[in-house]
Amino acid sequence: MKKLKITIDGKTIEVPENATVLDAAKTAGIAVPTLCHHPKLTPFGGCRLCIVEIKGIPRPVTSCTTPVSDGMEVTTSTEQLENLRKTVLELILSDHPNDCMVCEKAGDCTLQELAYSYGIRENRFAGERRIYEKKDGNPFLERDMEKCILCGRCVKICDEVQGVGAIDFTYRGFKSKICPPYEKDLDCEFCGQCVAVCPTGALTGKQWALKGRQRGVREVDTVCSYCGTGCNITLHVKDNTVTRVTSKEDTWNEGWLCIKGRFGYTFINSPDRLTKPLIRIKDRSSSLNSSNGLDDIFREASWEEAFDHIASRLSDIKTKHGSDAIGGLSSARCTNEENYIFQKLMRAGVGTNNVDHCARL
Amino acid sequence: MAGLAAIFGSGAMTNSIREIEGMDIIFIIGSNTKESHPVIANRMIKAFRKGAKIIVADPRRVPMVRFAESFLNLKPGTDIALINGIANVIISEGLYNKEFIDAKTEGFEEWKNSLKDFTPEHVEKITGVSKDEVIKAARLYGNSRNAGIFYTMGITQHVCGTDNVSAVANLAMLTGNIGRESTGINPLRGQNNVQGASDAGCLPNTYPGYQRVDLPEIREKFEKAWGVSLSSNPGLTATEMIPAAHAGKIKAMYIMGENPVVTDPNARHTIDSLKKLDFFVVQDIFLTETAQLADVVLPSTCFAEKDGTFSNTERKVQRVRKAVEPPGEARDDLSILMEISGRLGYKMEYNSPEAVIREFGQVWPAIGGITYDRLDKSGIQWPCPTKDHPGTEYLYKDGFAKDRVRFNAVPYTSPAETTDKEYTFVLTTGRNLFQYHSGSMTRRVEPIEKHAGVAYVEINPEDAKRLNIKNGENIKISSRRGAVEIKARITSTVSAGTIFIPMHYAEASANILTNDALDARAKIPEFKVCAVKIG
Amino acid sequence: MNKNITIQVCMGTGGMAAGGFEVLAAFESLMREKNIPAEFRKECSMHKVGCRGLCAKDVLVDVITDDRRTIYQYIKPEMVERIIDEHIVGGAPVSEWEVDEDYHKFHEKQVKVVLSDCGNIDPEDINAYIASDGYKAAEKIFASMAPEEVIDIMKKSGLRGRGGAGFPTGVKWEACRKVEAGQKYVICNADEGDPGAFMDRAVIEGNPHAVIEGMLIGAYAIGASKGYVYIRAEYPLAVERLKKAIAAARECGFLGKNILGKGFDFDIKIKLGAGAFVCGEETALIASIEGQRGMPRAKPPFPVHRGLWGKPTVINNVETLANIPYIIKKGHEWFSSYGTEKSKGTKVFALTGKIKNSGLIEVPMGITLKEIIYDIGGGIENGKSLKAVQTGGPSGGCITTDMLDITMDYESLAKVGSIVGSGGMIVLDEDDCMVNMAKYFLQFTQSESCGKCVPCRIGTKRLLEIMNRITKGAGKQGDIELLEKLSNDIKAASLCGLGQTAPNPVLSTIKYFREEYEAHLQGKCPAKACREMLTYHIIEEFCKGCGACLRACPAGAITGEKKKPHKIAPEICIRCGACFDVCKFKAVGKE
Ligand SMILES: Cc1cc2nc3c(=O)[nH]c(=O)nc-3n(C[C@H](O)[C@H](O)[C@H](O)COP(=O)(O)O)c2cc1C
Ligand code: SF4
Ligand code: SF4
Repeated sequence: MKKLKITIDGKTIEVPENATVLDAAKTAGIAVPTLCHHPKLTPFGGCRLCIVEIKGIPRPVTSCTTPVSDGMEVTTSTEQLENLRKTVLELILSDHPNDCMVCEKAGDCTLQELAYSYGIRENRFAGERRIYEKKDGNPFLERDMEKCILCGRCVKICDEVQGVGAIDFTYRGFKSKICPPYEKDLDCEFCGQCVAVCPTGALTGKQWALKGRQRGVREVDTVCSYCGTGCNITLHVKDNTVTRVTSKEDTWNEGWLCIKGRFGYTFINSPDRLTKPLIRIKDRSSSLNSSNGLDDIFREASWEEAFDHIASRLSDIKTKHGSDAIGGLSSARCTNEENYIFQKLMRAGVGTNNVDHCARL
Repeated sequence: MAGLAAIFGSGAMTNSIREIEGMDIIFIIGSNTKESHPVIANRMIKAFRKGAKIIVADPRRVPMVRFAESFLNLKPGTDIALINGIANVIISEGLYNKEFIDAKTEGFEEWKNSLKDFTPEHVEKITGVSKDEVIKAARLYGNSRNAGIFYTMGITQHVCGTDNVSAVANLAMLTGNIGRESTGINPLRGQNNVQGASDAGCLPNTYPGYQRVDLPEIREKFEKAWGVSLSSNPGLTATEMIPAAHAGKIKAMYIMGENPVVTDPNARHTIDSLKKLDFFVVQDIFLTETAQLADVVLPSTCFAEKDGTFSNTERKVQRVRKAVEPPGEARDDLSILMEISGRLGYKMEYNSPEAVIREFGQVWPAIGGITYDRLDKSGIQWPCPTKDHPGTEYLYKDGFAKDRVRFNAVPYTSPAETTDKEYTFVLTTGRNLFQYHSGSMTRRVEPIEKHAGVAYVEINPEDAKRLNIKNGENIKISSRRGAVEIKARITSTVSAGTIFIPMHYAEASANILTNDALDARAKIPEFKVCAVKIG
Repeated sequence: MNKNITIQVCMGTGGMAAGGFEVLAAFESLMREKNIPAEFRKECSMHKVGCRGLCAKDVLVDVITDDRRTIYQYIKPEMVERIIDEHIVGGAPVSEWEVDEDYHKFHEKQVKVVLSDCGNIDPEDINAYIASDGYKAAEKIFASMAPEEVIDIMKKSGLRGRGGAGFPTGVKWEACRKVEAGQKYVICNADEGDPGAFMDRAVIEGNPHAVIEGMLIGAYAIGASKGYVYIRAEYPLAVERLKKAIAAARECGFLGKNILGKGFDFDIKIKLGAGAFVCGEETALIASIEGQRGMPRAKPPFPVHRGLWGKPTVINNVETLANIPYIIKKGHEWFSSYGTEKSKGTKVFALTGKIKNSGLIEVPMGITLKEIIYDIGGGIENGKSLKAVQTGGPSGGCITTDMLDITMDYESLAKVGSIVGSGGMIVLDEDDCMVNMAKYFLQFTQSESCGKCVPCRIGTKRLLEIMNRITKGAGKQGDIELLEKLSNDIKAASLCGLGQTAPNPVLSTIKYFREEYEAHLQGKCPAKACREMLTYHIIEEFCKGCGACLRACPAGAITGEKKKPHKIAPEICIRCGACFDVCKFKAVGKE
């Protein structure tokens, strides 16, 4: 690709011809504030924070939407630009609940961060705020549209990446709002991609409400345990509990996840989890579909007892009927290491090739 | 994926997911990608936004049809006829890649002759896809030199599954659409580590790394590596073990993290078989429908509670990291297995999962270059034979395992069970977006259960009207093997004469109805077609 | 009896609303009735004629006999019989119904280019257009001109966009011509969202083929094979006529494949807009045609580079396009003989407000405001005095009485902080409050903001809040400065023309009428227009005790016996002004 030379804040750099001025600024190591911009989505130019001055263009333009051209001279910060950025932020905050105290997003909120770095306390433009009484009843996503800054990221990811288009801008003027058609409850794929890109607390997961924000939360990068795509995920852990699942933008899956990956994690803490080895006490014919409780069928045992029991029964059968009377099924949900050891157990320990897993199912 | 491996040398996806963006034709056959592999579908949509054209062949109007340039709404189980028909058009219109055929394949003429009968008209009769659509799809695929084929169980879960795969492979060979970047054949793995479990040798006929148990020199190699003498008897597949248990040949089973009662076909038969076992161990995180039949149940750990690696559908080995402690006395699976092995007289000692993969890499050089250190930042796609090898994004860049790949003539055979006077509907099964597999995990996620917690059967509005079935009404579906009561969902996603039940719901399990007839070679059951009746 | 009689009935939207159809029907049936011999009908042709501007005088009817044209005004169906009897049969025009001197004055200083055929030819008959040299321009370029030559003529003519921004059309075309692309588009912007503007509607209703021919010439010049007319659905008559015209043009080979046998393809589709003001903005219009919400996109890239579906696109306004055939036919020298140095040709304005002759006017650029107001417009209504003229609609500004000699052209208006815009021109008199007027426009722009960008969506809302409190008498010290600051920031930071110009009415009124703002802060509306700042009382000597105000008052603040002076209780009065409006005796005073 052709390279173009452009000058930003006095620095001359080379960038590819399809770059935007914002890309170029990034290349030059110059920070330009943004709010509606998302690197994986088409440029929007709505928040107006990334405005810059370009020689030969009479008015400030948004760097996120402006393609570079050869010899362009850009200034990213002047008194007037900073003044406009401050006005824009003040305007946004004049129509925002500003309840960071109780907001899920606090500490991870782009708007909060900008308000902080521009030191906005008082607001010259205080006025009416949008109030929305009705809440979206879907089970996954909290949609608090009073916090929405109409950056359009959710609309775009839903359309451009997810191909669903469940939400869009509606109404006009101050009353503009992002919502599903006819303001019904959201009924979509619930991938939560919109939650992932929302820069404010407008979109959050219902499951992670009040489970912990930033403090005391550990992040562990791992791989999703559902389908074979193997998306990279990050588990947010607090007090030995997975409180949230996210995916980082720089992963190969670009931070995209589906409903199962993003919201299907609470089984980890399910009260149904097995916590002790169980040994059958009742005849097998009366198990499934029986009305007696599981306590009648199994009793809890120690690991020692369970291991002994298994070893002796398997050895018996092996002696009586031969190794090939024993079969083992391993799992596509277990790790490579576990699967390797499982087949080794069957082949080297038990002495049979009767080992398989559910690839066919 | 026996079929693909026999032809090309490996059964895995030949491309990587990232490469989808560079394809100009994406041919999805028998894969409900948007619901079963949503994030792969995202890539396809990205390619679509860049101008790629999408062909979808499916008995159901699956969500990807929204993006399709061509939708081939075939009758269940008629894939071979459709693919052969497409190949036929490509040949007759001269859209095939002669250079590739001459240089890299054999058996072309023979195979070409076998296609004669598959005229678009004839194909229309078998598949229900109009001849114009067949021709259109053929032109789209035939004119592309950067095409990717994607399939899942919709291709393999048939009695003719292996033949289906051969037919797909033929099509790619015919147009030279394999062995290049963004060009290839891509079976999408349904579960997070099917690839890894297969790689690791959890297959009855191969040791780790697809090394055949029936070859003495291989067996010797493993005997040496493991310090033990190994059985030369061929093993049974999962789908063979269950009937063997029924027949009393298998006396004991050890199942780790699987729930065949829900996921296997003909559930009643599965239960009966498992009940006949002398001894049955299940190692799982929940007391699944299968575990309830066990003699001993061992509490193990889920992915968030252990370290290790998963290999995804594009052969990428990725790190799994422990985030939380397991509940109660639950133990990590590795230590359980090592303990049992030791007590059976074969000691295994590994001080970490990494030690296991190190050994794995020694017996299978394709992952020999992979270490946990290297996986720290991102996964690596095998083959990766050395520590400085970057991994392999797409396969067969430098040719195939054998010099030439063979065209295999595949005759069309109808499904094992076809509709008749009594069983007038075709049942096909699969997944939905919200639940996963047997549901043991997702059904314990409250909002998912709230949103998609009720089993349903999809039925075409025409059929519903004829049978006077209302949306949401409970109806009975029965096959020769069993019956379920299930809520009707009236939708034109399915065509008239076909019904669809998702596999996830044990209480109205599709697999009570499905046929356990197997593909002779791959031993995969025919989940995708069986005959049922309503009422 | 006269031979060759033509009767023309004004059938523009204004004319139809005033009963044009009924008048025409009356002519048709009465003539049939009266003139028993059938040949009479044959000799008389009837036309449906587009708007001629002077809407206040609808229904206008022209009776053209061999020797002269008689124009009647305010015609109703019941008047038709007398015209037929006395004029057509009797040969003596009904002089008392003829248009008055105003009508002639209204037309005298005007120069009709785009409106020249409007009102004279049947817009639903392509042959009428062809008979009036229509499609001659297209034939000319196809026969003998390269696209570059067409562009050259456009550049030399000095034609600038009439949609508001005034961008030189030839330059725009040239930029688009230079971009290499397989597909290009020409779009005619007929969204016309300015409140009170209706020139584009008049052009399409009166002469749709001129617009089509203009598009065809543009398409040829830039190399486009597809065109769209984006027109608001609220213009059913214009849409109808346009549809017919496109079909007819296609039939005659002026649209479609291989036009005029020269191997050039071009066709036009109509796209109906839902009537959002912002959809007139070119990038929003493009989004709307693409099936997305009409939200503007940032420029650059400009539509000439990346427009409809990412392809190079020229967007021109209706009036711009309608000029083009005439320029090609008559030459750029002819066109540029009108106007000033930098603003050539004519411009159509919609003259409204407190003016005697309101309606559409087409004047040469460079005419003075005074000429428009006093010669064409006939001065201010009801003997009141002129206060200001607002031009450019919601994006424009005001011109004060001491600037009446200003010439109407892009540069002069920009210099005083206003714009030509799409041609709205509202005349304000002493009863109009400038603050209130600015508020009115702001209300419009705020409610029409697409919501995409912060300064416009929230900024204009805050401006409006401040304006509201000022006009309620609740303004605070510093509000005027805050208005100025916020206005300037909104102008500088907004994405599209809507936000960039929305504060203009505020800034312009502050600039020229700051004292009115200050008076409001002191609690007084000098024009007595801001109702909420007024107190109402009954002037006893005028009050006849009719009780009309008592019945009209929604708050029950008025008491009084029949035939005796009434009274308003100030503590109950909600200052709605209903009593003032309803009183026939001017007995309600406001302070
Ligand atoms: C908010 C807004 C509304 C507009 N509405 C119209 C309109 O209704 N008609 C129009 O021709 N131009 C309108 N424009 C101007 C167009 O964006 C564009 O400049 C024009 O169509 C170009 O044509 P021209 O060069 O022939 O004037 C509007 C601009 C803005 C910012
Ligand atoms: S909900 Fe969030 S992502 Fe969507 S527009 Fe509002 S702030 Fe942006
Ligand atoms: S200036 Fe107003 S109308 Fe224009 S893009 Fe911004 S919000 Fe929308």
